[in-house]
Amino acid sequence: MTSSVQRTDAIIIGAGPCGLFAVFELGLLGLSAHVIDILDKPGGQCAELYPEKPIYDIPAWPIISGQELTDRLMEQIAPFSPALHLGEMADSLTRTPEGQWRIATDNGTVIEAPVIVIAAGGGSFVPKKPALANIESYEGESVFYSVRRIEAFRGKRVVIAGGGDSALDWTLNLQPVAERVVLIHHRDGFRAAPHSVSRMKELAAAGEIDFLVGKLNGLNGSAPHLSGVTITTARGIEELSADRFLAFFGLTMKLGPIADFGLDLAENLIPVDTEKFETSVPGIFAIGDINHYPGKLKLILSGFHEAALMSQAAFRICRPNEKLRFQYTTSSTQLQQRLKVA
Amino acid sequence: MKIKVVDHSGAEHELEALPGWRVMEIIRDWELPIKAECGGSCACATCHVYVDEEWLPLLPEKSGEELDQLEVLADLKPNSRLSCQVLMSEELDGLRVALAPASLP
Repeated sequence: MTSSVQRTDAIIIGAGPCGLFAVFELGLLGLSAHVIDILDKPGGQCAELYPEKPIYDIPAWPIISGQELTDRLMEQIAPFSPALHLGEMADSLTRTPEGQWRIATDNGTVIEAPVIVIAAGGGSFVPKKPALANIESYEGESVFYSVRRIEAFRGKRVVIAGGGDSALDWTLNLQPVAERVVLIHHRDGFRAAPHSVSRMKELAAAGEIDFLVGKLNGLNGSAPHLSGVTITTARGIEELSADRFLAFFGLTMKLGPIADFGLDLAENLIPVDTEKFETSVPGIFAIGDINHYPGKLKLILSGFHEAALMSQAAFRICRPNEKLRFQYTTSSTQLQQRLKVA
Repeated sequence: MKIKVVDHSGAEHELEALPGWRVMEIIRDWELPIKAECGGSCACATCHVYVDEEWLPLLPEKSGEELDQLEVLADLKPNSRLSCQVLMSEELDGLRVALAPASLP
């Protein structure tokens, strides 16, 4: 167990813009970082909720999309080679006998560091569930909100609900594997890539899959084993035989396990001071949308500032015997070496 | 220009509104409880409101994105709208909406 523990200076929870920029500010001070995010890609809300939408209040970027901002930040932090643990949720936080913080993820990753930086925004992204009676009792066996193992769908009758890229992509990907795939969406219009939609329609026209416009009514079968999905279409109420039901209705944010980290919370926000952005627990910092202090503005640029000041305090914890020198990237050879430009 | 907002406890509030503002932004600005976690990107449905029937014909058509977000809500009603998708204009002066359960922070 001990041999598999990874060690670093700071563990950052959340790979949104503030978490990513924290890697940069810590890196300038010579501190290493690991970043954990429940999404399978960096960018947080910028990448998940509004990748295409323009942002107008990032300094020196008159207009930039959420995805482009994420890409630029990834480029900016590349010199510091942060370890990214994507698709993992920071599950527990404990203190080791040696006085380190230990984070374990739901995927079994264990990391120890003297500093924790919570940059979790609105919390963990978790799937939205359709409002169907007893849906929870089928989860894990017959009902899923993502595909972790394609094998679990081999030879099965699969009903997929949704109208975005995930619903379309998995309809196309599971079609060759499953016995039958039925896609159901409440309208004949999609938010997915046009080529996926055309491909799906081709398969439906060829009889390789079924596409139905309709609404979900309920799940049938002796839980956790699904036997069918009841839907309402223009033809009326019907039952689709099914062994697996996949719902892709987007994600919502929940604070999640952070609520159990032993920190003071105020209305699901973490109060911090404005010198170090430290929480009620020394060594644990909170930056970005998840923190609160008098005058707080939930802006990306505020989070960037918070990351810079937090890093100063983190340095004093991680390097108690070293002097913290304030330097500019324009003139400091040391900083330029860390940025791998000198 | 005013809007009337019934909160989750049933209390009605009359709020000063500004043209061009999203109804969600007005509700948030007056610090009524509205989660609005995506900030107006039509990506979360946590600014769900019920609109008084008489105002429905005056509202803009629902976009495909809004329809998809509404579809998942457990508390969907025929007069459901996402308040981030309704921009205030003179003709909506007096608009009355009730905050739906999904908008509770």
